[in-house]
Amino acid sequence: MAFVEHEHGVSHPITVYRSASDLTLVVPRETLLDTLTKLKEEHHFVYLVDIVGADRFVEGDRFEVIYNLIDLKSARRLVVKTLADEDSPVLPSASSIWTNASWHEREIFDMYGVHFTDHPDLRRVYLPEDFEYYPLRKEFPLLGIPGSIDLPTSTPDQEASS
Amino acid sequence: MEVEQKTSSPTFFKKHQESFYKSLEDKHTTLEFEDNQDPLNSRMVLNMGPSHPATHGVLRLLLQLNGETIEKAKLDLGYLHRGVEKIAENKTYQEFMPYTDRMDYLSPYSNNVALCLAVEKIAGVDVPDRAQYIRMIGAELARISAHLLWLGTMVMDSGAVSFFIWTFREREKIYDIMDQLAGHRFTVSHARIGGVANDITDDAMALIKEFVQTFPKELKGFHSMLDRNRIFVDRNVDVGVVPTDKAIDLGATGPILRGSGFAYDIRRFEPYLKYDEMEFEIPTRLEGDNLARYYVRMEEMHESIRILRQCLDRLPKGPIRANDAKQAYPSKDEVYYSMEGMIHDFMMTDTGICPPEGSEVYHAVEAPKGELGYFIQSDGTGHPWRLKVNAPSFRNLQVLEHSLEGASISDTVLIIGSIDPVMGEADK
Repeated sequence: MAFVEHEHGVSHPITVYRSASDLTLVVPRETLLDTLTKLKEEHHFVYLVDIVGADRFVEGDRFEVIYNLIDLKSARRLVVKTLADEDSPVLPSASSIWTNASWHEREIFDMYGVHFTDHPDLRRVYLPEDFEYYPLRKEFPLLGIPGSIDLPTSTPDQEASS
Repeated sequence: MEVEQKTSSPTFFKKHQESFYKSLEDKHTTLEFEDNQDPLNSRMVLNMGPSHPATHGVLRLLLQLNGETIEKAKLDLGYLHRGVEKIAENKTYQEFMPYTDRMDYLSPYSNNVALCLAVEKIAGVDVPDRAQYIRMIGAELARISAHLLWLGTMVMDSGAVSFFIWTFREREKIYDIMDQLAGHRFTVSHARIGGVANDITDDAMALIKEFVQTFPKELKGFHSMLDRNRIFVDRNVDVGVVPTDKAIDLGATGPILRGSGFAYDIRRFEPYLKYDEMEFEIPTRLEGDNLARYYVRMEEMHESIRILRQCLDRLPKGPIRANDAKQAYPSKDEVYYSMEGMIHDFMMTDTGICPPEGSEVYHAVEAPKGELGYFIQSDGTGHPWRLKVNAPSFRNLQVLEHSLEGASISDTVLIIGSIDPVMGEADK
């Protein structure tokens, strides 16, 4: 357990663990941007590899957002994890720190419905905007929801159903 | 390519189309020019794809043009979205493996190996050396095959059609090798968790040796056709430039990052398989343009041949799969002639390998397109709780969106070609 200094002098607990591969920090969402900025500015984690969303399917802090960073100077990999609330899954966007966070966050928004504040262009990345569900949430059925998405008509003359 | 009419309203996925067009800053400029105005100086929005032969799949681009210059580009993905990550959560690890073939379908072997390595890492499976070497041979052949397709299409995009057929002749040889090696030509599904499906046959070995002998000569021919080809060089030099700092900031990977001057290769950065024992260079260029990426990929094929030669020289004898019934499929001899073998085979198919509960892993390989990583969270059962594919094409397409700005419309196709996206992988 380590602590990170918040800008107002409040320390927030950080959990550090290593699972099957890389060192992982779990930071609270209040200090997420501070931590990420610090990692980039002071520890050379300039290369964002991936942002992963995950659904823990528990009450409260249901969603996990996992940042996979690389320090190009000393060739280290670090994983930063934060949790998002089920009722209002909102996190600050990291796209001001790494430009490529933009699409990864769009993907998480698309798949889990986690919103990112101050995101330059938060649209769904794969599914059409007309789709109302978040397919990688655990309650979404594998076979999909009938009628949730328009399908093309079989003949080109027919008008697409709207 | 067609010009979007201002009056026509979208009939299909209305909300999606509207928000997509809205994402351009100046959403109202569809086509605005007066009768007496020069059309080359007016602004318009050009919709390219999703079904367009030069977008290498179902990639859709929305380009805001000022005359011939692209002011802003937006990409629309998802036309090939099949939800493989959702499928993965409902399959055992081994059952999911054939799905990875359909992701980057130009180098299926690399994908198989990437998934198997990630699962082996999270479950702690030791893989015999011979299997690792066979995987390396397969992965390097897949790299050559993928780069040959890129070469053919890129040269075709620059205007030479017959070249495509020559590179496909070479790819055909790799398909024949895969046929002998794995039993399939295209979607090989050869790697297994804990090893590979079958040992390398004498026929496959003979074909690989022949390929390693003859291919460098062909590659030399390609070099002499293109390296000093005035049309090819002029068409590609200083086109689609991605500077080093921008490439890192945009998360470029694979040949794009190396063409922009950063020698980042997972085979060196985090050696997997037996790459730490291999001698090879990481081709890198500083210019960051199309031509730099061309040289990087061409030299990577040379290096792949070099790695293949070393693999063939050092290929050890021994088993091709982990000899632990809890971790890998037993051999067919055991399955057919012993009761335990049959039970184990059944258990592997039914439950599969179960990594420890709550463990997480990220494992990446250097696929032809760049860093292909699998992130797995396990809940202790035979199915992954969460399996995320970090697809290099997805990341490189984001670079494309930014690097198209300021380019000329006539270079669009070339820049897409040199980024070399595979939509099956980018769309998942």
